[in-house]
Amino acid sequence: MDKIILTTRQLKAFYLLDIHGRQKVVKAVNEVELEILENEIYGIAGESGCGKSTLLKTLAAVVEPPLRQLEGKVIYHINGEEVDVSTLGDEEMRRLRWEFVSYVPQGSMNVLNPVVKLKDTYHDFISSHVKGKSQEETFRMAKAYIAELGLPAEIMGAYPHQLSGGMRQRVTIALATLLRPKIIIADEPTTALDVIVQRGVMQLLKDIQQKLQNTIILVTHDMGVHANVADRIGIMYAGKIVEEAPTEKIFSQPLHPYTQFLINSLPKFGDKTPRQSVPGSPPSLADLPTGCPFHPRCPQVLDICKEQMPAYIAAAADHKVACWLVEEENGQAA
Amino acid sequence: MKVLRDLLRDYRFTASFIILCILLAYSSLSFFSPIDPTVWVAIARDQPPSSQHLLGTDSRGIDIFWSGAFAIRNSLIVALVAGVVSRFITIPVAMLAGYKGGMTDRVLMFISDSFLVIPLFLIIVLLAVLIRENLSLVTLGLLLACFGWAWDARVIRSEILSLRERGFTQTAILSGSGTMQLALKEYMPFVTPLVFATLINVMAWAIGLEITLAILGLIKLDIPTLGTMIFWALSYQAILLGRWYWLLTPVILSVLLFIALYWLSVSSSEYLDPRSRIQRVGQSLRA
Amino acid sequence: MLFIRRYLIPRLIQYVLVIFVGITAVFFIPRLLPTDPVARTIAELRSRGSYLDPASIDAMVADLTEMYGLEGSSFDQYIAFWQRLFRGDFGVSFFQFPTPVIQLIKAALPWTLGLLLVTTAIAWTAGILLGGVAGYFNRQGWSRALDVLAMVVRPMPYYVFAFILLLLFGYIFPLFPVAGGASIGRQPSFSWPYISDVLRHAFLPAMSLIILGVTAWFQTMKLVVQNLNAADFVQYARFGGIKERRIVSRYVIRNGMLPQITALALLIGQIFSGALITEIVFTYPGLGTLLYNAIMTGDYNLIMGITVFSIVAITTAILVIDLLYPLFDPRIRYN
Repeated sequence: MDKIILTTRQLKAFYLLDIHGRQKVVKAVNEVELEILENEIYGIAGESGCGKSTLLKTLAAVVEPPLRQLEGKVIYHINGEEVDVSTLGDEEMRRLRWEFVSYVPQGSMNVLNPVVKLKDTYHDFISSHVKGKSQEETFRMAKAYIAELGLPAEIMGAYPHQLSGGMRQRVTIALATLLRPKIIIADEPTTALDVIVQRGVMQLLKDIQQKLQNTIILVTHDMGVHANVADRIGIMYAGKIVEEAPTEKIFSQPLHPYTQFLINSLPKFGDKTPRQSVPGSPPSLADLPTGCPFHPRCPQVLDICKEQMPAYIAAAADHKVACWLVEEENGQAA
Repeated sequence: MKVLRDLLRDYRFTASFIILCILLAYSSLSFFSPIDPTVWVAIARDQPPSSQHLLGTDSRGIDIFWSGAFAIRNSLIVALVAGVVSRFITIPVAMLAGYKGGMTDRVLMFISDSFLVIPLFLIIVLLAVLIRENLSLVTLGLLLACFGWAWDARVIRSEILSLRERGFTQTAILSGSGTMQLALKEYMPFVTPLVFATLINVMAWAIGLEITLAILGLIKLDIPTLGTMIFWALSYQAILLGRWYWLLTPVILSVLLFIALYWLSVSSSEYLDPRSRIQRVGQSLRA
Repeated sequence: MLFIRRYLIPRLIQYVLVIFVGITAVFFIPRLLPTDPVARTIAELRSRGSYLDPASIDAMVADLTEMYGLEGSSFDQYIAFWQRLFRGDFGVSFFQFPTPVIQLIKAALPWTLGLLLVTTAIAWTAGILLGGVAGYFNRQGWSRALDVLAMVVRPMPYYVFAFILLLLFGYIFPLFPVAGGASIGRQPSFSWPYISDVLRHAFLPAMSLIILGVTAWFQTMKLVVQNLNAADFVQYARFGGIKERRIVSRYVIRNGMLPQITALALLIGQIFSGALITEIVFTYPGLGTLLYNAIMTGDYNLIMGITVFSIVAITTAILVIDLLYPLFDPRIRYN
């Protein structure tokens, strides 16, 4: 059995807004259950506005008002010990960052301090975690790592705006993985790049994972990227994980109608029929429909879908889904 | 009504609203004043505050309470003239610059930048020195209006630029309306709140300059304004002679007025700018 | 080089143009007004009770016309005006006849320059540090308390604020001298008694400029930093567990101060005007007090001279700040 590195239990994180006296609750992460293993790439897929980025924030324990973690737990498994992140103090959490959990942001355009050279940014990150290193030593450390990843060493003397988008993203990935974290959280790491550059950047991320044997939690709306790199995929819709399975299963036997739509919208070789996209638009997280949140867009909607949220069903040991249709079929089969 | 209720949630708006109401009520008393604040020695001089003269009388034999009422009224007149008239420069300049863009924009913004950059105070003083006798409330207001438009023109122009970005002007251009007419019709509804918010700033600036010019003796000194009240109190050595109520009255009135106008402008522009509103959202919840 | 073409040349052009437009305006404004400075000066003299017989008035009109550079057509005057400017000749003062205006300005300048430079430097630096820290920790109680304090101080115009300080520390708690730049009769020297005397005299005017300045810079910086808090690179640094001290200094303040440099260039004219007014309140012997005396005596040449000089000085200061800006922003330097 593979070891678990991160668990969430009934995780609920909402934005609580108060706009001139009117309370507004945005249910961005709603009862999410995850078990993420060591040495795997776990993909999270979904349309924009489904709560993916908020889920990442809570996984990374950056919950700041107006976002609040109302219920549930995020647990890190550090050297076999279970640690509930909400019980950690600021300084303890600060130390875990980059050494245990690190983050590759969406579009690295603006994540690097624009007024200092890259080597200074590297120095900031290293010296905040590794004690007793001189500026010289951190520079050397950074340079060695950069070279290891096959990036030119001269870039350390450059300012962020002098690099191309792809190079900047590579530099950011190098920065995020420098201290060999156990978990790398990557939020749409290739979205802002053009297709050719995307491949290279994904490959870099994959190489690093293979070398470090650690875990990547990869969020992207691009099912093609998931197909290429993820070991397992969780499909997220309106703040919930509606289906989770190993990558081949998600693509070969998608059970949830939403997953089916996502898969069918992918282009296939030799198939010239028009691609079907999901009808309608995702619901507002501040005003969710009753029952299953997908029911207004679901072509096979049942009466019960409008009233009750389905529970998870284990279609196989490694395949779970929350959908009344599957429940129904199972019931009939039994 | 809803807008007012939302605004009243901000302590600064509430405070400035109350202060302004009180000051306005006080100044409107001047319409029923039993005395003429320009006539000297009609009553006993240098009386300390009493039931008859609430704030005492000054060395010229003028009741301080009543001249305070006139002073606020007159300073507000200067401010209103300066504020309202400057809108007639601000709005066309901003509209033309923002709407036409290109060379027009560059020339107009160069002019307004020059106005921002040059020490205007000195030029206003130079002008005031030359037309001193004729510097009545309205002419002073007009003079200040000529100088107080530049910053707001810049602010409103950038708002128009961002409206233009949203690209809903194309249809109107195709339908062939005249430039200015179009700009007014299309943008005015969006720009009006901003025009008002900046108007308040210009008013405060005008009141401040009126005081400064008056203390330099550069406006008609027999008109009671906040500035001329301070001028006379200073020239009669009110502090040295212990007549603090004479000097303190215009000073406190002007401080209240400045705070009220500033808070009004800050709170209303924060209300108008949703970005700063969102920032408060997070805060209100933590409390 | 792109930097020279995109950054340097436009600024130099702007510099020359602003000076040209500003000085041209100062030249023509008095000539467009109904009252001319000669008539003004004579009226001024009369109002002081000097008796002037018609013949001497005629002679005086001729003298004044020459002295104010009002001979010939407007165009000739304009050309002559520029020629004199390039020689640094602002004419002679009327009330301290025949001292050249430039000499009076030169005598007053060190006081203003000292006051302005020191207070602006202190106010800008302190405001930026304070605003940066308060903006980063904007959810803390003390940060909001400072906000309220700034809300009260900020709307005060220079005059009123200087005045309040004058009342408080000049009369109610007489701790500091309220007038002049140094004690009367003290000889300027590089000795401690003289320097401390100068500092004591400068304290109140400097304080009023610093307090107003700090408040203003504090507010703008705090606003900038509150927006910077949401900037990706600050969030990322926080996420990366970089120590807060470093985030505040190297990420937040270092970036937040860039727009403040631009703002300093834009506001230096207003700060200068404020310093003049403050000097007048405390009869500090700089350009402000010189201006005040010129206004009180109707010394037209002197007012004109101070105005023209100030326009050139302020515009030059702005140019200097603009030229220093790329040192702080690599995006401008290498582009």
